[in-house]
Amino acid sequence: MRKYIVKRTLISVLILACVSFIIYSLLRCLPSSYVENMAMQLSALPGAKPYEEWLAQLNAAYGLDKNIFMGYLTWLGDAVRGNFGDSWKYTMPVLQKFNEVIWLSFIMGAISFVIQLAIAIPLGVIAATKQYSRTDYAISAGALVGISLPTFFFATILKLIFSVKLGWFDLYGLVGRDYAQLDAMGQFLDKANHLVLPIVTLVIVSVGSLMRYTRTNMLEVLNADYIRTARAKGLSEKKVIYQHAFRNTLIPLVTIVGGSLPGLFSGALITETLFSIPGIGFTSYQAMTSGDIPFAMFYMTFLAILTLSGNLLSDILYAVVDPRVRIA
Amino acid sequence: MNDKNIKELENTEFENVNETADNEEQLSLNDDRRVKVLSPTAMVVKRFFRNRLAVLGLIMLVSMFIFSFIGGLISPYGQDEQFYRYENQMKDYLGIVENYEFRYLSADGQKFDSVLQAKFQLAYQKKQTSFEYKNVTYDITEEGTDFYSVHSNGTMLAMAFKDIVNNDGAELTFTEKYEALKAYTAGQNAFTADGKNYTIDEAHEILLDGQKVGFISRLVISPVENGVVVSPELKVKLEEAIAAKVDEFTFTEPGGEEETYKLSYDAATYNWTVKKGKETYVYDAYTPPSKEHLLGTDKNGMDMLTRLMYGGRVSLIIGFIVVFIEVVIGVSLGGLAGYFGKWVDMLIMRIVDIFYCIPSMPLIIILGAAMDAMKVEPMTRMFYLMLILGFLGWPGITRLVRGQILSLREQEFMTATEACGIRVSRRIFKHLIPNVIPQLIVSATMSLGSTIIMEATLSFLGIGVKFPFASWGNIITDVNDAYVMTHYWFVWIPAGICLLIAVLGFNFVGDGLRDAFDPKMKR
Repeated sequence: MRKYIVKRTLISVLILACVSFIIYSLLRCLPSSYVENMAMQLSALPGAKPYEEWLAQLNAAYGLDKNIFMGYLTWLGDAVRGNFGDSWKYTMPVLQKFNEVIWLSFIMGAISFVIQLAIAIPLGVIAATKQYSRTDYAISAGALVGISLPTFFFATILKLIFSVKLGWFDLYGLVGRDYAQLDAMGQFLDKANHLVLPIVTLVIVSVGSLMRYTRTNMLEVLNADYIRTARAKGLSEKKVIYQHAFRNTLIPLVTIVGGSLPGLFSGALITETLFSIPGIGFTSYQAMTSGDIPFAMFYMTFLAILTLSGNLLSDILYAVVDPRVRIA
Repeated sequence: MNDKNIKELENTEFENVNETADNEEQLSLNDDRRVKVLSPTAMVVKRFFRNRLAVLGLIMLVSMFIFSFIGGLISPYGQDEQFYRYENQMKDYLGIVENYEFRYLSADGQKFDSVLQAKFQLAYQKKQTSFEYKNVTYDITEEGTDFYSVHSNGTMLAMAFKDIVNNDGAELTFTEKYEALKAYTAGQNAFTADGKNYTIDEAHEILLDGQKVGFISRLVISPVENGVVVSPELKVKLEEAIAAKVDEFTFTEPGGEEETYKLSYDAATYNWTVKKGKETYVYDAYTPPSKEHLLGTDKNGMDMLTRLMYGGRVSLIIGFIVVFIEVVIGVSLGGLAGYFGKWVDMLIMRIVDIFYCIPSMPLIIILGAAMDAMKVEPMTRMFYLMLILGFLGWPGITRLVRGQILSLREQEFMTATEACGIRVSRRIFKHLIPNVIPQLIVSATMSLGSTIIMEATLSFLGIGVKFPFASWGNIITDVNDAYVMTHYWFVWIPAGICLLIAVLGFNFVGDGLRDAFDPKMKR
């Protein structure tokens, strides 16, 4: 087991190196207009160095004067030591900005994930046990509608109904305009109020796939021989489903839930942007559209790490949870 | 008679039953005709159509295709045909000030310069009846309310007044004005000047033999734009409106059309502002649904329904091309990896792992921002978008194909193909791939839906399909303006519904196909 984990981790590190190299070279191939703009601005200041000197200095500072491979090695060397450079847009170290915004995204992701689990698993189990019934049709169709809903459209409809027509929530932002005057409890409630719509959006848009996954796996288990045996023994249907079938369905569920835990940190780029919630998604969206290469580089590497660790985690969990799986 | 009929019916029924029994007896037990045999395809079709959701999805898809591809041909308007309308925009037309300072008019041949005017003002404030300047004495006579004349040595030099006599046509002489003001300020309604009899009516108009020659008013009217002449009729009308405190009135210039005027008073500056409705040629933007434009128009004055149709075309075509690229790459790489195994498999699967880890959304956002900076043509941009989406989306399909082929190639029929000496490429593409096609179709249908969502999201963020091309995503972009979101539902809700229907259609059909292809399914 330990050997397997070490091997997988090493492969993941190798893959990560390749991914970050690809991302780095893609970003290096972009027109470096941002650096040129910055040099232009700096040289326009009174008593400043000429444009060419600024450009050369900035290029050197960001390792843009070396060729792609050497530049990548420099970046990698810094990154391994935890130095991802300074963000151009936010003019502070990338990691500092990251640390400011990541927890909001994590809280949002975690809350919506828990709600998703609470909705998806019971409904998926019900749909599977009553296959081809009206309930099953309704749940399956509902799950597919959730998957098919474009986030931006659904969020806008929510805004129209709950913010504009009913006036329950603000349209944008994390805090209201009188946030500074509120006491600690009021500030907490204000933030919570602003997070309701984004979380609802996240839940509705992503609950469908988990629901279908539960249903498919439950169906598979229900068709297994040991369920027939359990029924043949004369166990009550409740016992068959919740003690024999559901426990076995938990195996794939635990793996997928474990695998999506790292994803809670990835932030919801579209949802955060739509509601102007200053989490990692919105922050990096702004950084990316304004050509902030160090931040974009960091964010994409971070996402790649999350994907890799998610895969690794779900594979390991699969081996841990399912005693039938033995890894040499 | 009834009884007889029933008996007859019974008889015929019995006969029929007997007949069928006879027919069945004629067939032997293992005769093929006794069993209705369905080909696998027919089975799949049958199972598919039994699934109500799948049929609903198919209907949705067909209607969206008809809407997008045939609708565009039927629509009387073009994709980027703009409509215009004349709009009555209220523009500042006149400024009106109530005259609260003395104005001066010197008599014919006399001079009453600004120094004298200032001296008069001083004397007026001190309530003196005369003032001196350069050893000349000037006498002030009060002729009426706010109306004075200045004499020196018995000759009239000038008059000072607040009510202004305006000409209507020919210029009025000093005497005429003097007499008019004298009568007007004293509250009389007739006067005589130069031997002619004038009357002043209730509208403060000066009439000579029933003929209007001018009018008296305390208002100074000045046009906002240069070169605008305010007709006396309008001036009268304005004065009436101000006196009656009317905010809005219509007025027809002689020989012109009826126009609307709006009045507003600013107490701080004693100023009235008159706005006049002016016909302006504008884009027919955000018109609500009407007979000509069933879903109204967008911000550029383009027909919304037509935009939706063309947008559907773009969204669907992009979806198909992207999925085509994904399938081509995915099937060839997956086929190679699955068939050859060993190091080929190892290499290809590591590439898949790498591509699987590349975060596509952020990458496309950055590339989109870069294309913005480089000002790429909208058409070229659309091709790039398809290529990028296609090249980032294939790993899923590769994994699917490889997994299927890994299990298929161990089966007996593959040993048979090997024994027959069929060449490798034929074995892969003629014998292995067709067996993967069911899963491939399901996966491709589902990813059509997600590709369309992806494209719409990118276009919504402004980095996908760009104007003048329509796409369902970039039509909805207008909601970034909160006013559009709250007031013009017809701009963004139909586009969202189209998008939802198309994606839902693909997902329903994909789901139905998955069930239909699955031989383990009970129905």
